[in-house]
Amino acid sequence: MLTNFAALEVGQHLYWQIGNIRIHGQVFLTSWILLGALLVFISLGTKKMENDPKGLQNLLEFLWDYIRDLARTQIGEKVYRDWMPFIGTLFLFVFVSNWGGALIPWRLIKLPSGELGAPTADINTTIALALLVSLSYFYAGLSNKGWRYFEYYVHPTPIMLPFKILEDFTKPLSLSFRLFGNILADELVVGVLVFLVPLILPIPVMFLGLFTSAIQALIFATLAAYYIGEAVEEHH
Amino acid sequence: MLAFNFFGATEGGLFDINATLPLMAIQVVALTYILNSLFFKPVGKVVEKREKFVSNNIIEAKNKLSEVKKLEADLLTQLQSARTEAQRIVSEAENESDKLYKEALELANNEANASKEKARLEIESQTSAARDQLSKQADDLSELIVNRLILEK
Repeated sequence: MLTNFAALEVGQHLYWQIGNIRIHGQVFLTSWILLGALLVFISLGTKKMENDPKGLQNLLEFLWDYIRDLARTQIGEKVYRDWMPFIGTLFLFVFVSNWGGALIPWRLIKLPSGELGAPTADINTTIALALLVSLSYFYAGLSNKGWRYFEYYVHPTPIMLPFKILEDFTKPLSLSFRLFGNILADELVVGVLVFLVPLILPIPVMFLGLFTSAIQALIFATLAAYYIGEAVEEHH
Repeated sequence: MLAFNFFGATEGGLFDINATLPLMAIQVVALTYILNSLFFKPVGKVVEKREKFVSNNIIEAKNKLSEVKKLEADLLTQLQSARTEAQRIVSEAENESDKLYKEALELANNEANASKEKARLEIESQTSAARDQLSKQADDLSELIVNRLILEK
C-alpha cells in the first residue's frame, strides 16, 4: 500500500538540463499548455471587438471588469491603472494554473519521472510569483513617493520599524507558501482519495478543490494588490 | 516512504528550488506584457469607450430632462397668466354689462319720471282749466239768476 502511495510521486520532478542549470520540466510543460490555452481563448475573444459585446467578448469584459474592481479597491483610484495588468496577470496565471491542474486529468500522461500537475503546486513557481510581488510593491512605492516611501516603515511610530522590516520577509513567504500548500494539499487529497475510493467519493473533494483553487487565485491577486496599495498610499 | 521524501532528498523533493524559479519569474513578466497588449489594453479601450458613451448619454438625457422641465414650467406659467387674463376679461365684461344695465335702468327711470311729471302737470292744468271754466259758468249762472231776479221785479 505504501508503495502505491509513492505512486503519487510527491517531490519528484522531470529534470531538464540546460547548460549546467537544471529546471523542473513538468512545471514548464503544464504552464505552457495552460497559458497557451489562455492566450488562444483571449485572442479568440478579442479578435473582433464590438461595442455590443457578444459571447466570448462578454466573458472577457466581465473578467476585465472584475480585475479592475479588484485593483481599484485595493490600490486606489490614482495608480491602479499602472498595476492592473500585473494584478490581472497574477490572477489569471494562478487561476488558470490551479484550475488546469485540478480539471485536466494530467495523470493519464506518463512522464519518465515526476508527473504533470498544477504549476502552482511547485514551490519555484509560487516563490517566483511572490518575489515579483515584493519587487512590484517596492518599485510602486519608490516610483510613486521616492525616498518618502521609507516613511512607511516608521508609520505611525518608529517602534514599528522592526516589524515593518520583518513584514518585507513574511509577505513573500506567506504568499508563496499559502498558494503552494493549498494547491499541493488539494492535489494530494484528491490523489489519495482517488487511490483509496476510486468512485464517487473524490467528486465532492474535487469540487472543494476547484473552490479552493479559485479562492487562492483571488487571495493571491488581492494580497498583491493590497501590498502595492499599501506602498503607494499617502500618509497624512 | 512519502514523508521522508518531502525534505530529505538532495535531488528532487518538494522544496527543490532551482533555476525553475527565475525562469518562471521571467515567464510571468513576459506573460504580463503579452496579456497587457492582448487583453488589458484592447478590452479596456472598448469597455471605457462604452462607459464614456453611456455616461455621456446619461448626461445628455439629464440635460434634456431638465430642459423639458423648464419648458413645462414655462408653459404652466403661460397657462396661469392666460387664465388670469381670461378671468380679468370676463369680470371686465361683467362690469361693463352691469354698468350698461344700470345706465339703461336709470335712463328708463328718468324717462318714466319725466312722463309722469308731464302727465301730472297736464292733469293739474286741465284741472285748473276745468275749475276756471266751472267758476266762470258759476259766475254766468249767478249773473243770469241775478238778472232774472231783477227783471221779475
